[in-house]
Amino acid sequence: MEIQKIKSPGELEELRKKIISARDSLKPCITLCSGTACNAARSALVAEAISKELEKQGLKEKVDFRRTGCHGFCEKGPVIVIFPEGICYLKVKPDDVPEMIRTTFVEKKILKRLLYKDPVTGEQIVHEADIPFYKYQKRLVFGLNTKIDPLSIEDYIAVGGYMALSKALFKMKPEEIIEEVKRSGLRGRGGAGFPTGRKWEATRKAEGNPKYVVVNCDEGDPGAYMDRSLMEGNPFQVLEGLVIGAFSIGARYGYIYVREEYPLAVDNVTHAISEASRLGFLGENILGSGFDFDVHVHRGAGAFVCGEETALLRCLEGKAGEPVPRPPYPSVRGLWGKPTNINNVETWANVPLIIRDGAESFASIGTDNSKGTKIFSLVGKVNNTGLVEVPMGITLRDVVFKIGGGIPKGKKFKAVQTGGPSGGCIPERYLDMPVDFEELGSVGSMMGSGGMIVLDEETCMVDFARYFLSFLSDESCGKCTPCREGVGQMLGILTRITMGKGREDDIEKLEELARVVATASLCALGRTAPNPVLSTLQYFRDEYTAHIKEKRCPAGVCKSLIAFYIDPAKCGGCMLCVKKCPAGAIIGERKKAHRIVQEKCTKCGTCLDVCPEKFGAVIKVSGKREIEDIISGVSKEAGVNI
Amino acid sequence: MDKIPINIDGKEVKVKPGKTLLEASKLAGVKIPTLCYHELLKPFGACRLCMVEIEDSSGGRKLVASCVHPVIEPVKVLTRSLQVDLIRKVVLELMMTNAPDSPKIQELAKEYGAVRGRFETKSTFCVHCGLCVRYCEEVKGKNAIGFVERGMRKEISFVPEIALKECLNCKECFPLCPTSYLQTSFVLTQSLNLRF
Repeated sequence: MEIQKIKSPGELEELRKKIISARDSLKPCITLCSGTACNAARSALVAEAISKELEKQGLKEKVDFRRTGCHGFCEKGPVIVIFPEGICYLKVKPDDVPEMIRTTFVEKKILKRLLYKDPVTGEQIVHEADIPFYKYQKRLVFGLNTKIDPLSIEDYIAVGGYMALSKALFKMKPEEIIEEVKRSGLRGRGGAGFPTGRKWEATRKAEGNPKYVVVNCDEGDPGAYMDRSLMEGNPFQVLEGLVIGAFSIGARYGYIYVREEYPLAVDNVTHAISEASRLGFLGENILGSGFDFDVHVHRGAGAFVCGEETALLRCLEGKAGEPVPRPPYPSVRGLWGKPTNINNVETWANVPLIIRDGAESFASIGTDNSKGTKIFSLVGKVNNTGLVEVPMGITLRDVVFKIGGGIPKGKKFKAVQTGGPSGGCIPERYLDMPVDFEELGSVGSMMGSGGMIVLDEETCMVDFARYFLSFLSDESCGKCTPCREGVGQMLGILTRITMGKGREDDIEKLEELARVVATASLCALGRTAPNPVLSTLQYFRDEYTAHIKEKRCPAGVCKSLIAFYIDPAKCGGCMLCVKKCPAGAIIGERKKAHRIVQEKCTKCGTCLDVCPEKFGAVIKVSGKREIEDIISGVSKEAGVNI
Repeated sequence: MDKIPINIDGKEVKVKPGKTLLEASKLAGVKIPTLCYHELLKPFGACRLCMVEIEDSSGGRKLVASCVHPVIEPVKVLTRSLQVDLIRKVVLELMMTNAPDSPKIQELAKEYGAVRGRFETKSTFCVHCGLCVRYCEEVKGKNAIGFVERGMRKEISFVPEIALKECLNCKECFPLCPTSYLQTSFVLTQSLNLRF
């Protein structure tokens, strides 16, 4: 359909009608997730196969095919949902396509082997909406991802796109928009949770011209990809929110700061900007309202600290990405010294919903102080990893067990880490806590931008804290002393503890450093960096003392503190471990008990994994005393020296 | 604009809005330790020795770096408190992991009870105050020296092409360095010249 520039709200509604009427809502449509995770699982080849097969089976006119952004269920990708019924096929391989198309569209049946199978009951589920992973979610912001092609502005208009923009420009005054956002209770989704409406108001009231609005898409948390998937899957919604914000704030220019590591996000948002400009949703005289607004994409060179707003602004100015002290806040003196409003991708994407459906509708979801929904990237030791959007106030237990499907391999839950690398670990006793900004803060963690890492009993909490501190010390910009030196010293102490060289006063030193780093650092990276240490010290202190005093790693993770032994009484002499040991550290003959040469052992645990269940001869031990005990015990029984 | 009343350790002063708390403290005659601060340079806020505790009219307390924190409203400033002293002590101990023999750091360490060797020592003598880098940029406009890398690997480094042309007759940054790292770094840069 050839579309001309839209010059009024009336023309927009006419166009919407035209697009919708040209489409048959009952016509089957295959949507294939083409987000980054599914792409990695060869979604592109599946797409090729679908196009070819539709042609081959003569279904090209009868079945629509749409490649969409991320659906969220990355664990089971590539994901296909067939509308209008909502049939969901998972882990679809290119070879599955001919059969899938024939069964579904020619025979009008369901291809059962591609359906979701409940890991506990074995029951197969046909429809996307009935799968527990989706059933307990509330996909307000993320939901459109499954319905639109991120390269098609027509798709976005068809599902109600730019309704909010038209309402904001023609039916509301800038102050009314800000009031609406304030009443909705929307808080920044990037980490700190500052009330969005208040931020906008401050920028609107600040003196200086021009004013700027910025989208922060410098998502740097390891394992988090909410913003990436939104930007890849539905850039139009982010842009619509941005234009509404710019209008209410009085900004003439906008910047989208997106990581260079997100090539698909860069491509899709760049394309969306050119499409939106062509149709009159960006540029001069937007929709005939007289409001002018242009937006540029800036590709970030990739540093965690550049997600910090003042560092991000310095990058936009072409300087090194180092934070500068606040106040003055960017709303007063931001980009090139002018009032600037920065919000995270997800925050901007929420704006059209608030304006279109009203503040009350948005505020009806959530808790007293945290409204709406939040997208989390649920990863780690959980069955259903992926992106989940849940109403604020849902319990952690529901997220981990109902949506996440619990812990794999029947292992026990230990903790969930929220808030990205500088978040805290929340132990089992708080699983029934509602997810909201204040509640997470009250137990020593934070909302952050929405990372959620599930840990099972086989995770060593000291090692876990060490991992995040090594990330943070690496990503520190190095400007202020507490963050550069303090985090580095904390990392050094943690590394020593995991290597069995912990000292009696280490915990005290860690706590003292944490107190100073948390209060004296220049920016939020440093001020939150001690969280992983403080929260694990609070809830798992016994693991620290076990490492320091007994030289024992209770989870059996820290290599310097564990040893593997083969119990000669149990060993069946099958030679399996001898063959599989990558270090060649196991000696033995068939039908005779094998032995691990400790000096050669790299503690990879392969022997433990491969030892047949009927023998169960490989034992992992930890702790100085335990290791000595087992040596003497094993050697006594076997009558050999180990 | 009207001057704003600030109470520093019990002493009242009136300060123009936008001035920093450190400048206000000078008016009040109260001494706050600094390291990366220099009158000729823009405040940097990096060493964190000048942290003070402030209390606003609603009783909210927070810790801020006085060299960069602007006077915007009447506040009560405490230049010494348990937390402020702890920060200064630990920050000094962290600096001593790099530059244990710097006279300036030793003097402050004595005052705040900072103990040398509490934390693992490191093999660089730079405390990253940035005085040399900023002086060269802001006062001389030469940019002969800059920061390279980030985080724990961050260092100062002369740009040989500029340094070998500009520095021999200047060396104005040398006395600013609180350790002796700057001079060492320059000697190293000079030795590059021999290789060219």
